[in-house]
Amino acid sequence: MTITIETVQHIAHLAKLQLSETEMFRLADEMEKIVGFADKLSELDIEGVKPTTHAVAVQNVLRDDELKPSYDREKILQNAPERDAACFLVPKVVE
Amino acid sequence: MDEFKTVIGLEVHAELDTKSKIYCGCTTEFGGDENTHVCPVCSGMPGVLPMLNRKVVEYCVKAGLALNCAINPYSRQDRKHYFYPDLPKAFQTSQFDQPLCLNGYVDIVAGGQPKRIGITRIHIEEDAGKLIHGADQTRVDYNRCGVPLIEIVTEPDFENSAQVHAFLEALREILLYTEVSNCKMEEGSLRCDVNLSIHREGEPFGTRTEMKNLNSFSAAAAAVEYEAQRQRRVVLGGGKISQDTLRWDDEAGYNYVMRSKEDADEYFYFPEPDIMPMVLSEGYIERIRKTLPELPAKRRERYVQVMGLPMYDAQLLTVSKFISDFFDRTVAAGAQPKAVSNFIMGDITRLLNERGLAPEKVPIQPDAMAELLDLISKGVISNSMGSKVIEIMFEETKSPADIVRERGMAQVSDAGAIRGMCEQVIAENPKIVADYKGGKVKAITALVGQVMKMSRGKANPAMVNQLLEELLK
Repeated sequence: MTITIETVQHIAHLAKLQLSETEMFRLADEMEKIVGFADKLSELDIEGVKPTTHAVAVQNVLRDDELKPSYDREKILQNAPERDAACFLVPKVVE
Repeated sequence: MDEFKTVIGLEVHAELDTKSKIYCGCTTEFGGDENTHVCPVCSGMPGVLPMLNRKVVEYCVKAGLALNCAINPYSRQDRKHYFYPDLPKAFQTSQFDQPLCLNGYVDIVAGGQPKRIGITRIHIEEDAGKLIHGADQTRVDYNRCGVPLIEIVTEPDFENSAQVHAFLEALREILLYTEVSNCKMEEGSLRCDVNLSIHREGEPFGTRTEMKNLNSFSAAAAAVEYEAQRQRRVVLGGGKISQDTLRWDDEAGYNYVMRSKEDADEYFYFPEPDIMPMVLSEGYIERIRKTLPELPAKRRERYVQVMGLPMYDAQLLTVSKFISDFFDRTVAAGAQPKAVSNFIMGDITRLLNERGLAPEKVPIQPDAMAELLDLISKGVISNSMGSKVIEIMFEETKSPADIVRERGMAQVSDAGAIRGMCEQVIAENPKIVADYKGGKVKAITALVGQVMKMSRGKANPAMVNQLLEELLK
């Protein structure tokens, strides 16, 4: 499967990445190899096999609706790249 | 204008009324200081292990059963990816191709016409955080992030705003009666997105737009009207509708483009590896079905057809589940349905309003209410004295019989005593008596009033009226 520069641009856009032209060519190459590797799987005959979504056959892992204390706000905010007294700060996102 | 048909579908998000969030033990309580209802799980820290709240599954199934859905015996959560700072994980844990509930419906009446609205699916997902936009930065509060939601997706069955409004009312009622959501619009507990397209009769559906940010039923109805008109103008002007996501501005009364198709939905859904699939047995589903209360539409039908109440009464009685239950229990305790209904719509509603109380704060037990109505129907107290007793019952937890006895409120039906008072009133009011005798028949009500006053409301008014008429012959 060929990965075009348009595909790379599209994926980069969705992932909010800004790439230089050199990076895009390199990524097109790498993505092609990755997809090619995964393509190997399509050689298998999986007629009638249900998709595996989890590695272990466990179901209904649920917890009771009980409160636990939340974290101290300082702890939650301590790794924020930018913050004020109470909130995370991000670049303005509204149009 | 009528050459066009409007096709509308809704996506309604309702916050579930659980104590804790969907994947962690943080509180779902509304408000609270910014970022104080947050832990590593709901703030999307790496390496955490979310665990699904069993109440969330139960409430979604309960809502699904109340909305006539089939419950999926195998269901799963999926990751829906998008980059926006209201979701710290960069994906929303939601459901994609295996939602919990499928293929339901709600019957509504709009503009006098019955209509069935199909429910495509209901799934569980997490709410996002709150963004507070400043001049050059956006502040992010994750208190709401991870509050459990159900998303209810309808079929494109609506033709106009009246149907949308009626559906939202019906849905809200059902969610309140099943007690899965508190539906507080002002707290964003119930939110609605509208998908709308128009087409000419006999032609295929047009391109649809999606409108977000509809936080009240009237906003949803206004947004539907506006968007249908806007699309008509575009098409009549020879233009094309583009598949945009629009944001409704309720104050301004118009919508604007939030994002266009170019950067739209490629969410790269995949199965959520951290949450194990839900496999629901028939026994589990049936146990939940047994907890469903009688729904409001059914109750109204019963009140009108079985109890013979006017539809007006049935509507008011079912506005709150608590009031409707209170009504049913009082009737079950032996009271006359219409008498109970009158007191609920009259005195009880007035007393609640005066005190600023919610319906579920009625401080009277159904048995006591039935006892009071029994005292009235047996003539022990008058109807108007009944109102006074109810007022006292709002303040004191005493039985109506005790209140009546302690305060000497029992009706006087002793003919001798009433005759004495009537004679006195006639003697003291010669002018009114003259008016009455001169043909002004209505003047007698003034005399009745005087006797009632003299007896401090305790005289049997029917007897007073009858005796006065006799004495004045």
